[in-house]
Amino acid sequence: MTIPVECYFVLSALLFFIGVFGFITRRNLVAMLICVELILNAVDINFAAFNRLLFAGSMEGMFMTLFSIGVSAAESAVAIAIIINVYRNFRSDSVDSIKNMKW
Amino acid sequence: MANIIMFCILAVVILGSAVMCVTTTRIMRAATFMLFVLFGVAGLYFLLDYTYLGAAQISVYAGGVTMIYVFAIQLVSKRTLQGLTERMKGSRVLWGALLCLIGCATVILVLLKNQYIYTGEAVADVELPMKKIGEALVGAGRYQYVLAFEFISLFLLACIIGGLVVSRKEEEK
Repeated sequence: MTIPVECYFVLSALLFFIGVFGFITRRNLVAMLICVELILNAVDINFAAFNRLLFAGSMEGMFMTLFSIGVSAAESAVAIAIIINVYRNFRSDSVDSIKNMKW
Repeated sequence: MANIIMFCILAVVILGSAVMCVTTTRIMRAATFMLFVLFGVAGLYFLLDYTYLGAAQISVYAGGVTMIYVFAIQLVSKRTLQGLTERMKGSRVLWGALLCLIGCATVILVLLKNQYIYTGEAVADVELPMKKIGEALVGAGRYQYVLAFEFISLFLLACIIGGLVVSRKEEEK
């Protein structure tokens, strides 16, 4: 007995918007990056569930998820490097401290 | 039946950990709860019979990315790690929650109301064989992904070098 595909959609939509909520409300750079990871994971769940439960014969969604995992690893490495540099220069890890290039 | 019970357990773990992750004010706890979310998502992949994907999720995300986060937290907020109480503004939380509720309702309504999702074919409840994945990953034919695979490897290398350059200490003049 398989799980209906709607369950995956509802779960991933809830996870996505929890991540969006965190991204809006948090002001710490590392916390915002963690919320971005949550959002990426929600999308990955959708890719895998679409592929498995609607188009079981093909593998596009699975490979999209695989590459998305790789890209998000690279993205978080670069973002962490930037955050460390920001902390070194501004002595703060809040987004409100970086306003020089805002306008 | 066992599938559904497992799915419910995983859903509770994922959503509970995600909520704790975005509401806790301490960054180290947020990273730990993110680890639980990542394990839960890997469990979902195992449940979908994508064993390879689950293994990749655990090894890359839970093994690699979380380690990067823990290192960064230890490096960045060494002083503030113990008592980091990030202040959350009430109005911003309220507006954010409202926006997210509206967006979530819209997305779920669209997903559930459209008939496209009922066009799916019956799922063979078997694991995707590793041989098929490997051939598709390094083959150059139709529906094979060697170009994307090579591009991802170059991209990772470029990002690692870029990260090293960005986070390197400036030399004293």
